[in-house]
Amino acid sequence: MVAVVKVTLDNVSKFFGKVRAVTDLNLEVGDGEFVALLGPSGCGKTTTLLMIAGIYRPSRGRILFDNEDVTGLPPKDRNVGMVFQSYALYPHMSVYDNIAFPLKLKKVPKQEIDRKVREVAKLLRIDNLLARRPGQLSGGQQQRVALGRALAKEPDVLLLDEPLSNLDAKLRILMRAELKRLQKELRVTTVYVTHDQVEAMSMADKIAVMNAGKLQQYADPQGLYSKPANLFVAGFIGSPPMNFVEGSIREDLSGGYYFDAGAFKFKLPKELGELISSKSIDVVMGFRPEHVRLSLNREEYSIEGQVYVVEPLGRDIVVNVKVGDMLFKVVTKPGVELRPGQRIWLVLDVDKIHFFDKFNERAIV
Amino acid sequence: MARAKGSLRRRFLRAKLAAVIKYLVVVVVAVVPLFPIWSMIAWLLIQSFSGRVILGLIPSSLTINNWRFLWSPIKMGLKEYPNIWPITFNTLLLALGVSGLVVLVSTMSGYALSRMEFRGRTALMEFIIALHAFPSVILLIALFVILNKLGLYGKGYMTLLGIVLIKAGLEIPMASWIIKGFFDSIPWDLEWAALVDGCSRWRAWRSVIVPLVLPGIGAISIFSFLAGWSEFLLVFTYVKDEAYYTLPVLIYHMIGEFKFIDWGMLAALGLFFTIPTLIFFSTSQKLLLRIYVGGVKR
Repeated sequence: MVAVVKVTLDNVSKFFGKVRAVTDLNLEVGDGEFVALLGPSGCGKTTTLLMIAGIYRPSRGRILFDNEDVTGLPPKDRNVGMVFQSYALYPHMSVYDNIAFPLKLKKVPKQEIDRKVREVAKLLRIDNLLARRPGQLSGGQQQRVALGRALAKEPDVLLLDEPLSNLDAKLRILMRAELKRLQKELRVTTVYVTHDQVEAMSMADKIAVMNAGKLQQYADPQGLYSKPANLFVAGFIGSPPMNFVEGSIREDLSGGYYFDAGAFKFKLPKELGELISSKSIDVVMGFRPEHVRLSLNREEYSIEGQVYVVEPLGRDIVVNVKVGDMLFKVVTKPGVELRPGQRIWLVLDVDKIHFFDKFNERAIV
Repeated sequence: MARAKGSLRRRFLRAKLAAVIKYLVVVVVAVVPLFPIWSMIAWLLIQSFSGRVILGLIPSSLTINNWRFLWSPIKMGLKEYPNIWPITFNTLLLALGVSGLVVLVSTMSGYALSRMEFRGRTALMEFIIALHAFPSVILLIALFVILNKLGLYGKGYMTLLGIVLIKAGLEIPMASWIIKGFFDSIPWDLEWAALVDGCSRWRAWRSVIVPLVLPGIGAISIFSFLAGWSEFLLVFTYVKDEAYYTLPVLIYHMIGEFKFIDWGMLAALGLFFTIPTLIFFSTSQKLLLRIYVGGVKR
């Protein structure tokens, strides 16, 4: 249905006076791929999206569509479709005219416009709203009109700027699946900006995690989850977030290794200890709440602590465990009797522990 | 228990009384001043059809004689003034000229002030506000020199053109400021959406942005029309040939020179003067009230 196009960002930077919104971004979105730009507010993801659209011009670097340099091209010549966070529907036009507008500008014949508009409206199930004005629609309906307007022109690249953030939770979950299905069906190259990691993980083929204008890691969701490249990515992906402890790797008298966190000492398997200490001594250990097993007895590779607070969530329970003056979160299945103050051991899955260099925050293992 | 119930009832009554008093105050303040205004307008209307000067609202004898200026030139003593219709035409020319010029220039400058970053922007905006407080009387002599140099003085319609330029020039700063406010309320997103949809900057302006500031344009078109329509000082100062008078100047001449004032005709003239404005206003009403809500979620 749609022409598929590869998008490449080549060393792109954007400065607003002294503010470095985006620094040295290198990214390639394959044709037909769904890529999410994920990061906290102000990390530069929307700025990047606007540069791909052509509304902002990069201060440095180039943008290529299928190896053709489009950096100097105005938005109207780029054939991109964009859905804004605020939807940005034209209030003085009907829904029909809103969706037809890009086609009218392309000077498509009237009959063709009518056919396309109705086709898109049917696809998004807004065909009964065509005569209404944007002011008469609900949030979810407005969002679908915005999507229709972006899709009607059959764009090479589809850009979405947090399109689900103004919807209520239930509708959001519904639309997530809808959007993903739609993208797969139309196979249009899509770049999706969000600050919600669950959204990104569930929808995207690949995720580019950004922070403070810099790309942190660009990988598929599973890769980001199991092999985070640095502390930021590890702490950003996954809910509840990963537990972190600062400490050092030390060697004991018998040649074995252990992690000294002050409040506790954690024995490490020999190969792991060797590997880490060869790279760094001062490290940050990270383990995910779901990779911990709770035990009433001391076991190998465990940390002793005290149950602090239990949060029952129905399907799981989140147990907050106090170790020294640190608080760790553990996710486990309900059924175990736990009382605050109870002595408990956190048994870590050694294959799933992460270590980061304390100073450059990069992953060691 | 009975005591508590009593005080509750008293409090309820007191609250109700307070609400009634507030309502009464509002009515008095808002509605009562309307009575003098309406009675003045009513008097004007009735006087224009009355044979003799009246002090109340009951006409002495109904006559259309006061409206004779509609079909014959007015005689004041020995002087005969030109027919009302060319004068009205001149006034219309002036008013529409000012209105058109102001709308054209202010819409564009308002947009520039709202959207573009350029050096001296804040200084310019402050200057505009200061300019509005400037009394135009002071400028009369300087303007005469300029009009003369431009060849716009004493040349019939050219003089009126000169006045159009002056009046528009005095109105444009404030109109730009007002329109800028309207542009400020249009989110950037809407323009960006238009650009991405395939508009050039100019097309986005024409099809998306301007329709949304139509209420603002309606507002300034009315204000500048009124400014041109009621302009007295400039026309009185610079236009010496009676054929090129405008209505305010003509009405002035109806009053000044003799002890006898034809109140009836004056009332009629006054009413006649307001009619085109009312027509203009009612036609722009549609524009003014077309305010669009929704389309952008914030």
